[in-house]
Amino acid sequence: MTTIDPTSDAVGHAGDRSDDVAAADSRAELLLAGIADWLTSTDHKRIGRLFLGGGFIGLLATAIVNIVLGIERGDIATVDGDAIAQLLDAQRVGLVFGTLLPLSLGLCIAVVPLQLGARSLAFPRLAATGFWMWVGGLVFSVIALVNDGGGLGGDADMVDLFIASHGLMAIGLTAAAGSIATSVLTTRAPGMTMRRVPFFSMSALITALGLLLVMPVLLGTLTYLFLDHRNARTGFGGNTGIYEWALWVFTQPTTFLFAIPAIGVLAEGAPLLFRLRTPARGVMFAGLGLIGVAAFTGVAQQSVHNLPWAGSDLYIGGGDDLRDKLADAVPWAMFNLLPLLGLVVVVLMSLFLAKPVKGARPNLSPAFAFGFLGAGMVLMGMLGTALFAIDDLALQGTVFEEGALIYVTYGAALGIMGGVAFWAPKLWGRTLPAGQLLPLAGLGLIATVLASLPSYVEGFDTSRDIYSIAVLAGHVLMALTALAFVALLATTLRNDDADHADDPYDAQTLEWTTPSPAPHGNFVDVPTVMSAEPLLDIKPTASTTTGSDA
Amino acid sequence: MEALAAGPAPAPRRQLIVGSALASVAMLMLTGGMLAVWSLQRRRTVDLGETWLPSGVTVPEVPVNVTLLAFIGICTFAQWAVYAAKRGDRAHTAFALAVTVLTAVMVINAQAFIYSEMGLGIGDGTYAAMFYAVTGMFLALMTIGVILAAVAAFRFLGGRSDREIVAAHAIYWYTVAIIFSAIWFVVYVTK
Repeated sequence: MTTIDPTSDAVGHAGDRSDDVAAADSRAELLLAGIADWLTSTDHKRIGRLFLGGGFIGLLATAIVNIVLGIERGDIATVDGDAIAQLLDAQRVGLVFGTLLPLSLGLCIAVVPLQLGARSLAFPRLAATGFWMWVGGLVFSVIALVNDGGGLGGDADMVDLFIASHGLMAIGLTAAAGSIATSVLTTRAPGMTMRRVPFFSMSALITALGLLLVMPVLLGTLTYLFLDHRNARTGFGGNTGIYEWALWVFTQPTTFLFAIPAIGVLAEGAPLLFRLRTPARGVMFAGLGLIGVAAFTGVAQQSVHNLPWAGSDLYIGGGDDLRDKLADAVPWAMFNLLPLLGLVVVVLMSLFLAKPVKGARPNLSPAFAFGFLGAGMVLMGMLGTALFAIDDLALQGTVFEEGALIYVTYGAALGIMGGVAFWAPKLWGRTLPAGQLLPLAGLGLIATVLASLPSYVEGFDTSRDIYSIAVLAGHVLMALTALAFVALLATTLRNDDADHADDPYDAQTLEWTTPSPAPHGNFVDVPTVMSAEPLLDIKPTASTTTGSDA
Repeated sequence: MEALAAGPAPAPRRQLIVGSALASVAMLMLTGGMLAVWSLQRRRTVDLGETWLPSGVTVPEVPVNVTLLAFIGICTFAQWAVYAAKRGDRAHTAFALAVTVLTAVMVINAQAFIYSEMGLGIGDGTYAAMFYAVTGMFLALMTIGVILAAVAAFRFLGGRSDREIVAAHAIYWYTVAIIFSAIWFVVYVTK
């Protein structure tokens, strides 16, 4: 209670009043100090949670934008025609820069130092600066869109602001990525060779290195776009040139790179199911790395690698030079099939690890449940993207690509939710109740399928109405999933009776050796690592069914 | 569950060196991406039968070439600072860092001179906008380098004897030298 009760007699007593005022002042000071502490914190867990909070707000806001678009497309109500362009821009910006990137980077920043046995993140101020640059850029982007800016906007100044805001976000995300990559490369516990790095941390490293390759290229392109749009408007097509030159960052295969941490959550959760050591860890690393090939799409600044089919160069009987046919097929395969192969490898390895062990009860963690469903959705997005590039299917220009983007983004968001739930004991000191988490995973799965699959179908069949309503329902369900997840997290944190266990999932990696929540500095003593699953080395019934790097 | 044995204090893993190497990769990607788009736009213009460099504009070759040569000096001075810092020679480290900064400021001045000699307005078409984008990015990198050299000097000479930041600063200048070499060839030589 922060106010004075007006019905109380105490109101009339000067002494009591001064006590109350002093208490209120003290509370206000504490609140301000707390806010200042959060805003200037260099604790990686706080910076990560700030990113995650921003990502969940972004997910909710993007789902609402998608709902408005769904209402318009389903002819349920009509949105102002001038606003449609801004809504379409907001959808892409929200999905990629508002949801996918902050959720992925936030979980990496919050968890990676704990997994590595590090006391802190490398360059924490750089990561914090990256967060605030991302927030600033996103806010400017929203301001630009609201005021008729964006890729199809009519207000020149707001279009400039839209471009500049993305440049700001690109710098911020590069800074955060640099901090993560340096952490994995330099702050590992004694004995933790690169081969013993936990799967999630390896996925974070791959994403961070990919971002260090991709985001500067985006920044360079945006610099050209900004100066050209601000001055000559001759070389880059004015505001419509934004998507001609920078669309690649808002679409597949580049977005696969941003989704890798969600796949890492699955890889982290799978060995826990039957408490197995992971054999051939290199295969899992290779799978995660192959998804990272998507980074080269950004480097090449290409969004679509078209693949002509029957009656075209690729048709072997056509008499064209084989070199021409390969010139079409190789880039398509490299940018679409290699990430797909990587994800298939990770999923197959996870299924192998999920094989029941005689006499053992499965230990279903949220990391596996959400991660598996999320990875499945990202896989659907990858399959769709590979099909989308085949010219003869005539999918370009339809909503098919939008379906793939939503599959990837919502699927990755689902995986990251699993990661947040899994590592909640270390971040907040409470274990989220499994009985309420698993239905949420199911709801998220239904939401993602409904929001995406109809767009795939609509790519082949243009009778739009039914599909649009299904998509609308999917986005409503995703908004509900995000809200319910945050509500569950909030209620669990307020519940003092919630589980405070240090290792509730009988896990294998270093973060579970430290108390819940992890203290400032993470570890009292930096532990020595003797294998890739250090906790299995010291637990009484450690399984040694499969070989691991020891 | 027994506890994992506490390990020895982790050996220093040269965080600044790794960080500056990663930053160098990002800078190279930034430049590479920009020069790739530059080359594409140039080819498109030439394919239309037009000249890429606007008529009446000439590239002042002397300051451009002197800038390229100055980077030999910058890299040498930065490496001198690393060598002196490794030997704990504070006077030579300070002198080498100061000369590095001085040469870098000279390069910034040379770039400003190139601007004035070319007399190109930023709104004078695609070439002008792209020229100022590329060279402006280069100027920003030079300014960051000067600040980094100053920070390295403060940290090394201010009592911490932080040799790592001096080495990281040298990596930065090597990268900027590579970047200017690429700009020199694509923007100023190929035109």
